[in-house]
Amino acid sequence: MGKIERLLSKGARKSWRVFEPLWHFLSKIFGHRAVVVIFSVLIGLFVISLTSWAAYGRAVPVLDPHGLMAFKERDLIFLTVILSAIVVIPVFILLFIVAWRYRSSNTKAKYEPEYGGDIKLELLWWGIPFLIILILGIVTVIATHALDPFKPIDSDVPPVKIQVVSLEWKWLFIYPDDSIASVNVMNIPINTPIDLYITADSPMNTFWIPALAGQIYSMNGMTTQLHIESSDIGTYPGYSTNISGAGYSDMKFDVNVQSKRDYNKWLSKVHTSPLVLSDGYYDDNLSHPKTSEQMLFKLGDSLLFDKIVNKYMNNIDTVSAQNTEGI
Amino acid sequence: MDWNSIWHFIFGRLTMQAFVHDPIMAGAGIMEIVALVVAIGLVTYLKKWRYLWKNWFTSLDPKKIGIMYFIVAAVMLLRGGIDALMIKAQQSTATADAFLSPDHFQQIFSAHGTIMIFFVAMAMIFAMFNLLVPPQIGSRDVAFPLLNSISFWLFAAGMVIVNAPLIVGEFSNAGWLAYPPLSELQYNPGTGVDYWIWALQIAGIGSLLSGINFFTTILKMRTKGMKMMKMPIFVWSVLGTTSLIMAVFPILTVTLALLALDRTLGTNFFTSYNGGNPMMYVNLIWAWGHPEVYILVLPAFGAFSEIVATFSRKKLFGYTSMVWALIAITFLSFTVWLHHFFTMGAGADVNTVFGIMTMIIAIPTGVKVFNWIFTMYRGRVRFTTPMLWFMGFVVTFAIGGSTGVMLSVPPANFQFHNSLFLVAHFHNMIIGGVLFGVFAAITYWWPKFTGFYLNEKIGRYAFIFWLSGFVLAFAPLYILGFMGAVRRLDHYDPSLGWQGLFIVSGVGVLLIGIGVALQIFQVIVSVLQRKKNPAPADAWDGRTLEWSMSSPPKEYNFAVLPEVTTRDAFWEQKLAMKRHAPEPVKYQDIRLPKPSFIGPLIGGLSMVFGMAVVWHVIWAILVSLVAIIVVLMVRLLRDHDEQVISAAKVEKMEAAL
Repeated sequence: MGKIERLLSKGARKSWRVFEPLWHFLSKIFGHRAVVVIFSVLIGLFVISLTSWAAYGRAVPVLDPHGLMAFKERDLIFLTVILSAIVVIPVFILLFIVAWRYRSSNTKAKYEPEYGGDIKLELLWWGIPFLIILILGIVTVIATHALDPFKPIDSDVPPVKIQVVSLEWKWLFIYPDDSIASVNVMNIPINTPIDLYITADSPMNTFWIPALAGQIYSMNGMTTQLHIESSDIGTYPGYSTNISGAGYSDMKFDVNVQSKRDYNKWLSKVHTSPLVLSDGYYDDNLSHPKTSEQMLFKLGDSLLFDKIVNKYMNNIDTVSAQNTEGI
Repeated sequence: MDWNSIWHFIFGRLTMQAFVHDPIMAGAGIMEIVALVVAIGLVTYLKKWRYLWKNWFTSLDPKKIGIMYFIVAAVMLLRGGIDALMIKAQQSTATADAFLSPDHFQQIFSAHGTIMIFFVAMAMIFAMFNLLVPPQIGSRDVAFPLLNSISFWLFAAGMVIVNAPLIVGEFSNAGWLAYPPLSELQYNPGTGVDYWIWALQIAGIGSLLSGINFFTTILKMRTKGMKMMKMPIFVWSVLGTTSLIMAVFPILTVTLALLALDRTLGTNFFTSYNGGNPMMYVNLIWAWGHPEVYILVLPAFGAFSEIVATFSRKKLFGYTSMVWALIAITFLSFTVWLHHFFTMGAGADVNTVFGIMTMIIAIPTGVKVFNWIFTMYRGRVRFTTPMLWFMGFVVTFAIGGSTGVMLSVPPANFQFHNSLFLVAHFHNMIIGGVLFGVFAAITYWWPKFTGFYLNEKIGRYAFIFWLSGFVLAFAPLYILGFMGAVRRLDHYDPSLGWQGLFIVSGVGVLLIGIGVALQIFQVIVSVLQRKKNPAPADAWDGRTLEWSMSSPPKEYNFAVLPEVTTRDAFWEQKLAMKRHAPEPVKYQDIRLPKPSFIGPLIGGLSMVFGMAVVWHVIWAILVSLVAIIVVLMVRLLRDHDEQVISAAKVEKMEAAL
């Protein structure tokens, strides 16, 4: 053991020796405490500059949204930040002021070892968070109902209905009224409410277009809804946020918000697509675990979505015999 | 009978193929085997097997069991930490050809989450329960000493099972909570999810038994005069935690059992066809999972309360408030589980209720923070390492708390759910809350159980690296969340510009790694220099009864059980002693439980059972199950085994101090 001990302390001394002169030099000029502060500030600055360098100039869809829902959700986020700052900032200030004032070396500060409570002060900090949560609670009641993903958007423009299916590992978008479908790309017209009906023919996924609206699950045998509208032409990425197997990271899609003219052009282009999405094509090519690029289809079966949902209502047993043997 | 069916009978679905892994995983497996061989070789070389078996493995002394929990947790922290490094390495390079396959990457983050929660955080708090609860309530032991040993060995069995896939088979790739249908046979026919289920099931039953044990201990074993409102605040926090454990761990047990039935017997509880309901699983697992967060963090709150009071040389501010805040948090934590899946589409009314319940938890938690700050007010604050952890905790926890409030508003949550914002938030709570609390507690109570201090200087450096690494690792994740980055991605499109922040975050994890290395270095140096830094019994001018025991404590803790009249009993004793000299003490015979091999035996059999279910070895399932029942029955039919330490011997041992 003696050998290890010598080696370790030698190592520690050696590494300290590199740093020590600098530390002592600075301590002599500024004083020990100031050096600690300087070093902490330097570390802080380093952290801040490194993160801001890495974040600078990137797209921040949650804070810079392009859809009606996402706008309102962002405002709500800002409101919650402000409300919690009302408590958190005084906490930080109090923490450091009290800790500094009553440090043990400061013998001038009052010392009352038996001071163990003050009913007025305690009521104050039961009360203030209570009031803030009361405000936030009221905001929550209103916002949760107003931004319910199942609630259609109020608009004079007739909505476009799109059915969304999460597959292994791709997103299928069915436009039943226009008799087309697409994989991993969803084009929508500008300033038009879009009614999304979402289900899964895969493990559970989450449908998310951060720039346009918050998330909703896609689940087998169930249909969830999301209603979106955008007033900005552009391409916005969409993701699945719930792990669903090996190809999960590839479950991304593009949402193209287009002018009405471009959107109609796109519709007629898709109508000329040589690919027809029928039951058989779906079973043979889409429902298998495989990731796909973007694809466009003419819709061969307008009831495809309902069939996919209802599939899970039946007593199908997709587990192969091989998997259940052994026990 | 052909060769195949004989093989199948003996080994179930285990084949030689199960030992073959890709190079990286094989490397990890080989490392694991080497570490095991070195450990076994070292113990054999030093001829310590008998010592370990007699003094540690079979011991029913909660102090020794606590130390074993702690050692396992420390080793598992390294395992989980290496997983974290690999996750970061993958994500920092993931725009090009990443070095891990998606499946392997998914196994790693599933293992990281599972190990960090079940085998690090849980183990750390059980270590604290074992070491601190009996002395703080002035007791010599827990209510059920043998059950305590069984709990530990069940936990150890779970630990072995969770680490086995590095060598044989594969681990779950379905995330740390394994949502069906992804975790069902349909999508996951391999052994991975089974390993996950049985590691958690066995360790979880251990946790449940521990919860019952310490709840009973606190209610029934307090020393004379210690009324509920005179208990140390840490004991209150354990009371809260153990009531949560008793209430929610059965939910986990049942949920895992149903999933296991789906996977082994072909039932349809959580499948998405034949009437199964995967969302029922999601509800059940979070009905356990949310209280679990508070199970972990309440003891950390308790530890900080003790630490702040001691190092401010002052009473805890607002004891009654603190107790009611703890009780409020305990109850509220049952009522919020749905906030983990607002995005399921339960409807606005349901989401509103759970959102508001979640926010309400912020009130008692905020009260606790203010009370801690005002404990320092008019005190004499010594900034030792535990206090540094406390300061770091308040800052990171306040930030984590406010991001928690942001997440609790359902429509805002729709933008955060399963994004890296969420990942940053819960690491903020678990690292900044639980882990910082545990580190503070380790530094604070270390001298009590070893008789020497931990090296302060290295401790400070470890803290600085941990804190700056923590900020650097998780601040970028908040930003990435706003950028739309999703959790658990094994690769992403380089044009999104996420890579820089992932690299910064990776640097942060490296700094945390240095912090961990410094902590190991700190322990080594402190052990080697233990003669230089001996700790007196009352190492920090403490306030609670454990500081009146010798350091390290005798196996009977107190030669004479203390009598308590006030809160902060030891502090008051010291004040009283200044006024008049203590009376001479009269020793009595002390009865303590004898060591028992039942704990390790049950643990070993449970491990065999778990592995047998994973690999479908029917004969081993039956044999181990029957053996467990027989062992328990034989033990229960016997009278208690106790050893007596005579009064004369106690007197001699006390005189030697």
